[in-house]
Amino acid sequence: MKNSEIWIAFYTILTKEIRRFTRIWPQTLLPPAIMMTLYFAIFGNLIGERIGEMGGFSYMQYIVPGLIMMSVITNSYSNVASSFFSAKFQHSVQELLVSPTPNWIILIGYVLGGVVRGLLVGLIVTVLSLFFTHLALTSLLLTVLVVFLTAVMFSLGGFVNAIYARSFDDVSIVPTFILTPLTYLGGVFYSIDLLPDLWQSVSLLNPVLYMVNAFRYGILGVSDINIYWALVIICVFIAVLFSFGLRLLNQGRGIRS
Amino acid sequence: MTYAIEISDLKKRYEGGFEALKGIDLKVKKGDFFALLGPNGAGKSTTIGILCSLVNKTSGTVSIFGTDIDKDFAKAKKYLGVVPQEFNFNVFETVFNVVVTQAGFYGISKTVAMERAEKYLKQLDLWDKRDVQSRMLSGGMKRRLMIARALIHEPEVLILDEPTAGVDIELRRSMWGFIKTLNEQGTTIILTTHYLEEAEQLCRNIAIINAGEIVENTSVKALLKTLNQETFILDLDSNLPDDWSLPGYKVMKINDGSSIEVDVIKGQSVNAIFRALDTISINVVSMRNKSNRLEELFVKLIKG
Repeated sequence: MKNSEIWIAFYTILTKEIRRFTRIWPQTLLPPAIMMTLYFAIFGNLIGERIGEMGGFSYMQYIVPGLIMMSVITNSYSNVASSFFSAKFQHSVQELLVSPTPNWIILIGYVLGGVVRGLLVGLIVTVLSLFFTHLALTSLLLTVLVVFLTAVMFSLGGFVNAIYARSFDDVSIVPTFILTPLTYLGGVFYSIDLLPDLWQSVSLLNPVLYMVNAFRYGILGVSDINIYWALVIICVFIAVLFSFGLRLLNQGRGIRS
Repeated sequence: MTYAIEISDLKKRYEGGFEALKGIDLKVKKGDFFALLGPNGAGKSTTIGILCSLVNKTSGTVSIFGTDIDKDFAKAKKYLGVVPQEFNFNVFETVFNVVVTQAGFYGISKTVAMERAEKYLKQLDLWDKRDVQSRMLSGGMKRRLMIARALIHEPEVLILDEPTAGVDIELRRSMWGFIKTLNEQGTTIILTTHYLEEAEQLCRNIAIINAGEIVENTSVKALLKTLNQETFILDLDSNLPDDWSLPGYKVMKINDGSSIEVDVIKGQSVNAIFRALDTISINVVSMRNKSNRLEELFVKLIKG
């Protein structure tokens, strides 16, 4: 395919993905908005007032970056996982497989579809958070970079999940039993300084901790970990997941006999 | 000579050991109307799946318009349009979007895609349904939608896997007409079907596949010539006498003698039957084959 044709194919996949999640906005955009508003109201306002300060900020201000990141992670992951699995399930993925679209464009198209949903939900949650608290912005570049890379990483994860999934249950197993615990234990609601030494060390094995803290640093200027390490870890995960996802596509795992 | 499709020693062994293709060779000429026939599980869909990259081959070579799929599959895919047996579009998309999105996957600009979508949806009587979600269409409409989608990049070869399965007679005939016109305009057509009448009427060349092997590959005309015996049913204007017989022919009375079933062996004259009936003042009102001629050969070839 010529470069111009490859661009059209990519743009087609991306717009198809955006059309999909905006068409079903009550399932994709509304639930995180409602859920995060409840988090802000209950954890931030009601309980947060009794907790007091954390990292030099009100508890509400402290958890907002983590909750935004949690929304981005969950939505970018589930968008690609459910969209690609649905395409497999109803065989519409064959429309792409019979076409000359290169596999790397299929992968990037789906992943960026997940990224757009993740960032859109992140933006909605950010706007909602402003009704509850004031947010400073220490580094716009770092904030945007971290949230974008994190969305890419989890979209790739969702893609790999969809490739291996054989039923809709398989699509929800990873978010429920792996993603949610990692996110909750990834410093969304607390600083790891509060933990005993052993659990602090264990927490450092959780990749979500690095993303949440790097994002929080971009907004509030406080972090439990080294920001450069966080960026390196995210980039390594992206490289590994991209290579793995592309390899699975080239092999036709789960999509070709 | 460049063939539309050239398959050489193609083998496919699925995980679990099932050998779906045992080294088939097949050539489809440019502009041909070609039928690939075979019973269920014979290897038709596997062959088509390999051609359009839905199935990974185990070994062998496949070329589409001279392009080896192992060397440049992207180029080879551009020559092909595929209408699969099962509905495989996004059922939540509108009819128009299904077709235009497919064009995008082939790198066709939106302007051109929209023009072509209008052209093909109109030709296939789906234009009025362009804004309807595709899941709302009837079975026949869904099948026509898949044809419009397969044509959106104007392929040189159109592969139709059981395109008229479950389609009513009227619609089936209009689809035949549409596909025939496409072929007359130069598109190579490869058809798999269970309706052997369809293959006999439409196709010039034929391959019969059974248990992963090509058991016959010739022109429909040549194949029909090999038919040794045909059974005709003759409807008569009055009942045939009980003691009537025709030496050299096997005649069986049906419906109290108002119709007869006659086996005519290759070389025997059908006129002789008419002449014999004429001597006893019985006229033949109508005459037909007991079964489709190709069907008789097909059954014979499959049974080995």
